[in-house]
Amino acid sequence: MCWARKIALIVLPGLCAFLLPAAPPLAAQTANHCLQCHSQLDAPVGVTRKEFSESIHAQKGLTCTSCHGGDASSDDMDTAMGKAAGFKGHIERAQIPALCSKCHSDAAYMRGYNPSLRTDQFSQYQTSVHGKLLARGDTRVAVCSDCHTAHDILPPNDPQSTVYPVNVAKTCANCHANPEHMKGYNIPTNQYALYSTSVHYNALMVQGDLSAPTCSTCHGSHGAAPPGVASVERVCSTCHVFQQQLFDSGPHKEGFAALGLSGCITCHTNHGIQHPSDAMIGTGKGAVCMKCHSAGEPAYAAAGAMHDGLQNLDQQIARSDEILTRAETSGVEVGEAKLALSEARDDLTKARVTIHSVQASAVDQNIQAGLQVTQKAYQAGLNALAELKHRREGLAASLAAIVLVLIGLALLIRKVDAQKSESLRR
Amino acid sequence: MTDETTNAQDAPKRRHFLEIFLGASVTASLISFVYPVLRYMIPVQNAEPAADSALAGHLGDLKPNTGKIFRFGNRPALLVLTNDGKYHAMSAVCTHLNCTVQYRSDLHAVWCACHNGMYSVDGRNISGPPPRPLETYQVILKGDDIYVRRDENA
Amino acid sequence: MAALVHIKEWIDERFGLKELLAFARHKTVPRHRLSYWYFFGGMTLFLFIIQVITGILLLLYYRPSPNEAFESVQYIMTQVRFGWLIRSIHSWSANLMIFMAIAHMFSVFFLKSYRKPRELTWLSGMLLLFIVLGFGFSGYLLPWNTLSFFATKVGTDIAGQVPLVGKWILVFLRGGDDVSGATLTRFFGFHVAVLPGLATLLIALHLFLVQRFGMSVPPSLEAEWAAKPAEEREMRFFPNFLLRELMAWYVALAILGGLAAFMPWELGTKADLFASAPQGIRPEWYFMFMFQTLKLLPGKIWFLDGDVVGVLGFGAAFLLWTLLPFFDRGKSGRPARLITGLGVFVLTYFVALTVYGYVAK
Repeated sequence: MCWARKIALIVLPGLCAFLLPAAPPLAAQTANHCLQCHSQLDAPVGVTRKEFSESIHAQKGLTCTSCHGGDASSDDMDTAMGKAAGFKGHIERAQIPALCSKCHSDAAYMRGYNPSLRTDQFSQYQTSVHGKLLARGDTRVAVCSDCHTAHDILPPNDPQSTVYPVNVAKTCANCHANPEHMKGYNIPTNQYALYSTSVHYNALMVQGDLSAPTCSTCHGSHGAAPPGVASVERVCSTCHVFQQQLFDSGPHKEGFAALGLSGCITCHTNHGIQHPSDAMIGTGKGAVCMKCHSAGEPAYAAAGAMHDGLQNLDQQIARSDEILTRAETSGVEVGEAKLALSEARDDLTKARVTIHSVQASAVDQNIQAGLQVTQKAYQAGLNALAELKHRREGLAASLAAIVLVLIGLALLIRKVDAQKSESLRR
Repeated sequence: MTDETTNAQDAPKRRHFLEIFLGASVTASLISFVYPVLRYMIPVQNAEPAADSALAGHLGDLKPNTGKIFRFGNRPALLVLTNDGKYHAMSAVCTHLNCTVQYRSDLHAVWCACHNGMYSVDGRNISGPPPRPLETYQVILKGDDIYVRRDENA
Repeated sequence: MAALVHIKEWIDERFGLKELLAFARHKTVPRHRLSYWYFFGGMTLFLFIIQVITGILLLLYYRPSPNEAFESVQYIMTQVRFGWLIRSIHSWSANLMIFMAIAHMFSVFFLKSYRKPRELTWLSGMLLLFIVLGFGFSGYLLPWNTLSFFATKVGTDIAGQVPLVGKWILVFLRGGDDVSGATLTRFFGFHVAVLPGLATLLIALHLFLVQRFGMSVPPSLEAEWAAKPAEEREMRFFPNFLLRELMAWYVALAILGGLAAFMPWELGTKADLFASAPQGIRPEWYFMFMFQTLKLLPGKIWFLDGDVVGVLGFGAAFLLWTLLPFFDRGKSGRPARLITGLGVFVLTYFVALTVYGYVAK
């Protein structure tokens, strides 16, 4: 026995005996003497009582021995960590997925805990990039404990869990945004940085919409892999249905496929997706059409037509709104007209979706419908201003009468004053 | 002497002219004051200044499993008659990007044409981008009229 | 015409119409270079009558509850035929009337018309001025928009600063601890019933006293007249002065019409009880000088709150101003000049603080 072990054998039990009274009482869980010592140790063998007791495994009655083997009921180190009790000790990274799946892929066993939990995580993992690389001996890739943690595992619907939707991107970024760690894999490390500027990030983190996509939504969680060229479009269309239908109906579907380009991300990018603006379509600065098309092509004209259509409708809406507001602030009732104008805004929103068919004629239908509405609204605004003019004309008439009265009174006053002085003189 | 007599002869004419002129102009001015006041006092046709309720339609306007848009205050609202004979009223402004929703008889649900958002006839957002339900209103039947009122207790 | 004579006879037999008419025919108005100030009282009365008429018309459509007040004013402005005209005239005429009342008060002050025997005329006039300001304050809340809601909140907060009774005054004005629907109901009651009733009585008294004592002549001019006795001094009220007054009233109508058509009174946005006060909340111009003074006073003066000192100070000032005729017994020379000087100071202060209140951030 080496001298270190000798000291450990003497010191540790004494330490445990000394510290035992100070240990906080365990919650109603199976006796877990492992934590008596291990909660006082540092990493990598340290696990605090709090960490473990809050984990879902502890809540369900599991102990350290469920994964590490050994005997949790004994507080004698030799018994607890002995070969006779089946102690495994430290689990190698490459063995972790297989270890977890011992229970988690056993449908009959899992049914005893949570019947609706899936049990195909391991088979999915084996199809993923992580799983494939691990099978080839690369232990730098993610294994179960990297995302779920080892000892304080929480269910995904717990806001403190590392795999709660809001926290998923950070968890992935722990490796994927670390250039040191990602050395040699030849993939970018800016995905998280880009994602955090995106509309999806905003929807999820700022607006609190838990249905907004995070890394696992598009890449999968256990079967994580980038979508293939053809499948990007299908992945996006699980939410963006109309855009995909329109895209498929237009010339881009074949065109993109022929060039080996993915739909959606060619124009919108994949991670740092920004809120689209009208400037994205057309022939001007910032237009994505110009990445492939050049002047003279029919596509160039189509892009220009679509852009102009959107701009035109937007301007007409603003123009009609302005005249109606002007009339309203002057006191003329225009509520009906303003309500009708909102239909034009609907048409503009629809036109911005129809863009995805890249067919100017289809977009134009929406635009024309909107323009009809703005025309009517503008006319209503003109009528309202005419009403204002009418008021001022009425006022002018009244003022004319008043002025005449004033003249008459002035004359009368002169006369009356003269009479008075005449009568005084007589 | 002659000046005085001409003055004396002209004076009645001048006074007469002044009287008529003043009388006419005062009458004109009074008409321009009184006319608006009288018009003001006559009640207007659509006497409904309250923003809390509106007349949505009449019995028979809707066939079962159809809906119609009506004006509620300054916004569009939707009235739906479902197959079980019940009326449902809700705001027609989609909670996603404010497009006007419609009732789809084939889907038995409220649908937004802009981004395929869907709501149940109770206004709950059930599919697509809408983040919140549609505000629902109370439906009150008075004889032949269907009134819609903002839910005070909601 | 015979019918008219008959009616006259009928009234005279019962009410002494002939005597009244004789009095009217003999009523004169002093004519001098400052005679034009005599119009201001009548103009205030005329604008008050306009307020009563347009106010009654607005009553036909206005609804004094938080759910409907704003909407009913919007309805008047946009749906009722000529509603925009009636409402804008009411709002503009209110401001013009308050201006006229203040101008009338200052003109009486500087022309020293409050002196014996006209002390009660001054007193009733000052009370009328306070009532008119009360009309302005209560009426301002009725459209129930954001500006008026918060102006009322600030105004009643200041009223609550009076020591001892302040809290009671605040609760009485607001109908509760906060400005709410109860405040609206209460202010409506003040505005259309209580204040008009009081005003009518005081106006009747004020006009009676004016008839009783006739128009006063400024002391400086009296001295001039004593020196030059021959000049014609008096103008008959009927018809000479009245015709001139009619002209002034017609001009006022023209101005009101123009203001209503070219600068309609705005509607604003509906008051939200739970929203925070928007930036730069201010009272109407006629309260601005007090508001600005309170803003300028330091937080604590001696052991009292700055606001309390301000409120008490203004209260004392108004009381003394109202009791002016009992201080100024008519002695000419230095006392008279002192009072004129005080008046100049007060007027300057009023104008300066009002302007400052608008110019300052």
